[in-house]
Amino acid sequence: MIKTAPDGIKEVVPPLSDADVEALRAGDRVRISGILYTGRDAAHARFLPLMDEEQPLPIDVRGQILYYTGPSPARPGMVIGSVGPTTGSRMDKYAPKLLALGLKGMMGKGSRSREVREALKRHKGVYFGAVGGAGAILSQFVKKAEVIAYEDLGTEAIRRLEVENFPAIVVNDCHGGDLYEEGMRQYAR
Amino acid sequence: MREIHVSAITDAVKKLCMEANYELEPDMLRAFDRALQTERSPAGRQVLQLLKENAELARTRKIPYCQDTGFVVCFVELGQDVYVVGGLLEEAINEGVRQGYTEGYLRASIVRSPFDRKNTGDNTPAVVHLELVPGPQLKIMVMAKGGGCENRSKYKMLTPADGLEGVKEWILECIRTAGPDACPPLIAGVGVGGTFEKAALLSKKALFRELGSSNPDPAVDAIEKEVLDRANRLGIGPQGYGGDTTALGIHILTYPCHITSLPVAVTIECHAHRAAPGAPRPPRHPLADLAPHGTLA
Repeated sequence: MIKTAPDGIKEVVPPLSDADVEALRAGDRVRISGILYTGRDAAHARFLPLMDEEQPLPIDVRGQILYYTGPSPARPGMVIGSVGPTTGSRMDKYAPKLLALGLKGMMGKGSRSREVREALKRHKGVYFGAVGGAGAILSQFVKKAEVIAYEDLGTEAIRRLEVENFPAIVVNDCHGGDLYEEGMRQYAR
Repeated sequence: MREIHVSAITDAVKKLCMEANYELEPDMLRAFDRALQTERSPAGRQVLQLLKENAELARTRKIPYCQDTGFVVCFVELGQDVYVVGGLLEEAINEGVRQGYTEGYLRASIVRSPFDRKNTGDNTPAVVHLELVPGPQLKIMVMAKGGGCENRSKYKMLTPADGLEGVKEWILECIRTAGPDACPPLIAGVGVGGTFEKAALLSKKALFRELGSSNPDPAVDAIEKEVLDRANRLGIGPQGYGGDTTALGIHILTYPCHITSLPVAVTIECHAHRAAPGAPRPPRHPLADLAPHGTLA
């Protein structure tokens, strides 16, 4: 159930249902609280043969949000280092398969392919944008972080993050909405 | 002849790597403020405001403002009257990178081979561009180049018939296709002329110029201003959410070229412009004569 706070920002708490995803529209500002899983290029490359052979992935993606990020190392006493988004399009090759397995959300920055946007419609998924190059401030919303798979990948390992009020915006919704296209159309002169 | 020990170079590079990642340059912060005055998009203004807060937090807590702490690119201007002693220049630079990234809690983002993709673990090696210059000075400019925007950098060999308008169109095409992916607002470093590799090198070096400064060549300055204005009419805006602030600067460097050629390279740089120019001194005070930030010798 997605609630809208008095400031107009939607509260997103994974795991997400189809109805949750349907309630989100491109351009909606959101605050995410709960669990985010991190994964980027190298982890996705390891997912691929597993998905092709219908083997289990190291995380149950159903209902979850995958955050495309490779954090910088945490200083002593800190939960995590800088933790902003990386470019989502590099994960385009893998995203439709993950959405078919029940992944509901992805978070990154930058445009997604037509195939991914179609898969969002087909499987009821959503793509959030986090502000790129703002990894220091975004680290403040992470309350706990632990590596849960592929530790050998270093920054590219899969981490389970507990976040509170992590700020993001809906870029691609499951209705075909695209913030990048709409924004550009509105402000082009 | 002036001797510079490699340890001074290592110390300087180490410090510059950290500074480049913790401290966003004042010219970038001023550019955010200028953009906040003209940006019509509420989402765009929120992004710019967040980036200012992010820079402040990074500076005070000494955490990198972007988790991508970059590929270290060093432009070294080595005076012909300088004699580097105690080891090899490039090894000294790499040792500085190793120490800076390990001790500074900066991310290791470099893989040892483009094919096996094993992380080197300490962000080495750097990419080093060495230029011999007159005099007894050694100047090292460090840029920790972000990968997301670098991936949107492009090169095109235009023809003399394409001319100036072709060059402008190509720069705009690079910015348009970079779109939201390269973390706008961005800077376009442009190298025009020379050969294939010369244009690319100039496009990177152009990024060290102070943001908001004029090109010393008035004709090129006019081109930069026109392209910047046209880029900011594309509507891409901060983070691509729509808006008036797509680019913060177009910096062009030129070089003579062949009668058949018009090479144009565009390095796309995001707002997280991790650059720190500096010059090492003899060992005891390795950084006392740091050049003013943002200037190019």
